[in-house]
Amino acid sequence: MHGLINRSLQCFLRDTYGAAAWDAVVREAALGLTGFESMLTYDDALTEQVIDAAALVLRRSRETLLEDLGTYIVNQDNPTSLRRLLRFSGVNFTDFLNAMEELPERGRLVLPDLDLPDLELADHGGGQFSLRCRAPLPGVGHIVMGLLRAMADDYGALVLLDHLGPDGGGEVVTIRIADKAFTPARPFNLGVVGA
Amino acid sequence: MSKLPPGSFALNADALNRMMPMHVRLAADGRIIGCGSTLAKLLDNLPEGQDLIGRDLFDTFELRRPSGLASMADLHVHAGEKLHLTLRGAGRPLAFRGLAVDLADGAGMILNLSFGIGVVDAVRSHGLTDGDFAATDLTVEMLYLVEANTGAMQALRGLAQRLEGAKQAAEAQALTDTLTGLRNRRALSLVLAQLTLGKSPFGLMHIDLDYFKAVNDSFGHAAGDHVLRRVAEALQSETRGHDTVARVGGDEFVIILPGLTETGRLDAIARRIIEALTQPIRFEGQTCRISASIGITISTQYDPPEPDRMQQDADEALYASKRAGRGQAQFHGSDGDRRRA
Repeated sequence: MHGLINRSLQCFLRDTYGAAAWDAVVREAALGLTGFESMLTYDDALTEQVIDAAALVLRRSRETLLEDLGTYIVNQDNPTSLRRLLRFSGVNFTDFLNAMEELPERGRLVLPDLDLPDLELADHGGGQFSLRCRAPLPGVGHIVMGLLRAMADDYGALVLLDHLGPDGGGEVVTIRIADKAFTPARPFNLGVVGA
Repeated sequence: MSKLPPGSFALNADALNRMMPMHVRLAADGRIIGCGSTLAKLLDNLPEGQDLIGRDLFDTFELRRPSGLASMADLHVHAGEKLHLTLRGAGRPLAFRGLAVDLADGAGMILNLSFGIGVVDAVRSHGLTDGDFAATDLTVEMLYLVEANTGAMQALRGLAQRLEGAKQAAEAQALTDTLTGLRNRRALSLVLAQLTLGKSPFGLMHIDLDYFKAVNDSFGHAAGDHVLRRVAEALQSETRGHDTVARVGGDEFVIILPGLTETGRLDAIARRIIEALTQPIRFEGQTCRISASIGITISTQYDPPEPDRMQQDADEALYASKRAGRGQAQFHGSDGDRRRA
């Protein structure tokens, strides 16, 4: 697994539940390291160990943790935040949703070994969509759902999200856009980093 | 509506603008008769902000390449080719890439512009938005790439810095004696190799503690370790910052003194060291008493100085001091006679 994902998981747990909680997760997961570097690659099993340990130590369901992780990675405020990078994908939430399938390509343009989930969007008309997510990580749909929720907030859209659970071909998240412009979008300026 | 030649079709200004928001429409005489919304926005932002319409193309833009483009007839010859233009009168030269084509009715040309590689700066300085580019334009993707790449580079730089820090710490640790914090034998070899290679003169002292075994035997290893740490402090305070003080064995130390080759000064330093080490050391209510024997040699006595040979000679002078009754320093003599310090 790319260190960026493991590192995000680490920062999410540390920022949300505190440094002591992260230390407890490290001990429980028997990681053999104190933390992840975002630019290195780690064995996939380590990610699973951390998620399992976090669920146990923090007494949270895997689903909740992963959805919160998805929201966290968007909402982190730093100059080259993921929120900003994602906003380049579309001028409004619908536009953004339509560009979701490009996400793995967008990731690979910058980090060639970054394996993001394979995404497939179906437009059912009337603002109803479904997004099929395929990745080796069980529960990836919950991360995507958290990310969509945060991005909808960012664009000021009112959306209803639902995770239909795994089926043969991945996990399906349904999206209903109730109001594309429910609240004003957070400012986004193409050329000004940090805006 | 005028009849168009076969294979031609009409496009209204709004449709053209959607596809090419940075185009310039030119009359047959070279007058600008229309322009795209992004180009208009750009000119509005310039300090001289003036309307483009009605102006002469060649007065407004400098057509830099191909060279010799000075009239509509020249532009017509180069229709369909890549052009390099700059906007005249802009505070900072604003460069464009261009492509001009003839209109089917023969009444002028369309010149389309783009920022080329300067697009990132142009977007920043003119506050352009998503809507200023055609939906098919990849400019926004390029901006995404620049920003994502900057982030990735920052992350890599951060990693490189942390690794460098860890490497330096590991190296320092590999050259340090953990008990006393002095340099170790490995560090000593490096310093000696460097000095002999650079042919810089230096003095070398080999120090062996006297009665240290007795301290260990009577008061235990904790007392022994305590004494070694006090010895390390004393050796450092009796030497200069750029001297190398190394612990090379249980109770053996070597000091390298760059630039110090006078026997008088080396002798004085050795005396001070012995004096300092003879002071009683308290440890948990006990008083530990040690002393030191020293052997000294000077690099200028060798041609060329060899680290192994010098250490051996200093060692011999040290044992001469021990044999002569301890608590003293002796120099290695070039002709075999040893002067007593």
